[in-house]
Amino acid sequence: MADSITGIGRRRAVAGVAGALLLGGCDRIEGSAAVKGALARAEGLTRRVQALVSPRGALAREYSEADISPEFRGNGTVNPDDEDYQDMAANGFADWRLEVGGLVERPLHLSLAELRALPSRAQITRHDCVEGWSCIGKWKGATLGPLLRQAGLRQEVRYIVFHCADPPEGGDPNTRYYESIDVAEAVHPQTILAYDMNDAPLTVRHGAPVRLRVERQLGYKMAKYVMRIEAVESFGGIGGGKGGFWEDRGYAWYAGI
Amino acid sequence: MRIGIERARRAVIVHRHAAAVRVTHWVNVVCLVVLLMSGLQIFNAHPALYLGSASEFRHPVLAIGAENDANGQAHGITRLLDWRVDTTGVLGLSRDRAGRPWSNAFPPWATIPSWYSLAEGRLWHFFFAWVFVLNGLLWLGYSLASRHLWRDLVPGRRELGRIGATFREHLLLHFPKGDAARSYNVLQKLAYLAVVLIALPLMVLTGLTMSPRIDAGFPVLLTVLGGRQTARTIHFITAFALVGFVLVHVAMVVASGAWNNLRSMVTGRYAVEYRGRGDTGGEDG
Repeated sequence: MADSITGIGRRRAVAGVAGALLLGGCDRIEGSAAVKGALARAEGLTRRVQALVSPRGALAREYSEADISPEFRGNGTVNPDDEDYQDMAANGFADWRLEVGGLVERPLHLSLAELRALPSRAQITRHDCVEGWSCIGKWKGATLGPLLRQAGLRQEVRYIVFHCADPPEGGDPNTRYYESIDVAEAVHPQTILAYDMNDAPLTVRHGAPVRLRVERQLGYKMAKYVMRIEAVESFGGIGGGKGGFWEDRGYAWYAGI
Repeated sequence: MRIGIERARRAVIVHRHAAAVRVTHWVNVVCLVVLLMSGLQIFNAHPALYLGSASEFRHPVLAIGAENDANGQAHGITRLLDWRVDTTGVLGLSRDRAGRPWSNAFPPWATIPSWYSLAEGRLWHFFFAWVFVLNGLLWLGYSLASRHLWRDLVPGRRELGRIGATFREHLLLHFPKGDAARSYNVLQKLAYLAVVLIALPLMVLTGLTMSPRIDAGFPVLLTVLGGRQTARTIHFITAFALVGFVLVHVAMVVASGAWNNLRSMVTGRYAVEYRGRGDTGGEDG
């Protein structure tokens, strides 16, 4: 009797230790920076293969007016906690100026009226959030390609960085949202600086006065509250060095998947 | 191929699975486990499913979440269309390893990583998706080149006529002996074919349909699969259909000789039992 009890006890103990080792081992593997680094190498493969099979100029599907979502979710920041931004918003963004700089021949400072006068495109597209949901909205904005040509990208430019007004919730209050895309994505015909949504000026909830639309990538790439556009050779020195606010927090820079 | 005869047990050891099949099988096991668990992690970021192109947030097909009742007590609630089920403890509201309340759809023991991280779940999911696809292509290439697909998996017309009888034998846990045990029975063939030619490719296609860049290059995916949110729903349902397959598969492996089956998928060697002289198998169980 005593033997069988200790036997069961021993078996339980062994099972417990084995379980703890297994769970502990899982945690260690899952938490390892080396493992994460190895897993992240698939991102480059995904980006290259997707660029290969889905041509550079391929357009995201455009939908009809009837498909527009009655409820378009506002995600991330929906009202920037920034005094300068709130002042501009209170004034209808009359004082807002979009700065286009970095490695460009002719830096630009554009008011909202000037931006609205530039070549534009309207499109009804699907917005896919990294979380898994989708909403369809109609966007109108200045096509980024011609705007960048106007500024004159220097030879060495590889990425376009978007600096935003909002300090994202949960982050350091001095951190501002930012994002980056490569030049090929920036000059894609559907890549626009949207100032209208569903035939009305963009609301604060959705990124007023201007948000980026990159229709072949996920929502977090589509920076809201854009203040400044910077052409760079590398984004290594910006923010956490990974190319975007969420990228600095572990999300993939390439968000085509 | 007859390798040897163990006279005492009247069992013939045959070479059942080719090395390519064994290796791809186990790589696939690892991939499917990681893909499922990291997939549940991703699902936890937005635990609701919809039909069509976009999400109609007020009318999900399936939604898992935590809700407070009239007394302020939290419950895990799973809603499937108009049904509402209290799933506290498993779905919507469970506990983490330290015993703290966990108000995500799937519990931490079911996800990779075991803490909440959409970013890391995606890292695991997409890495193993590549391994899974390459492994699957390897298997397909082998199966076509070696005729494994035709020889061992596609059932003949006579076998198809025996579906009902084979099904009854399975329910009674009567498995073929003798020569009949040398090849897959018709239910096995159909189940394996459905998995490798329908369910797994469907997982890949519905997964790809969730990629906005792939949608731009192959808009036909959106058309065929009924929109991105429908594709996401099919992805989820098919994942659980595969879980169902694995449960039945493992149960059958255990019921029809766990050791013999496992050995055959590791070393290739499989013992076929003969009951007596001249017995070529059948329903003598």
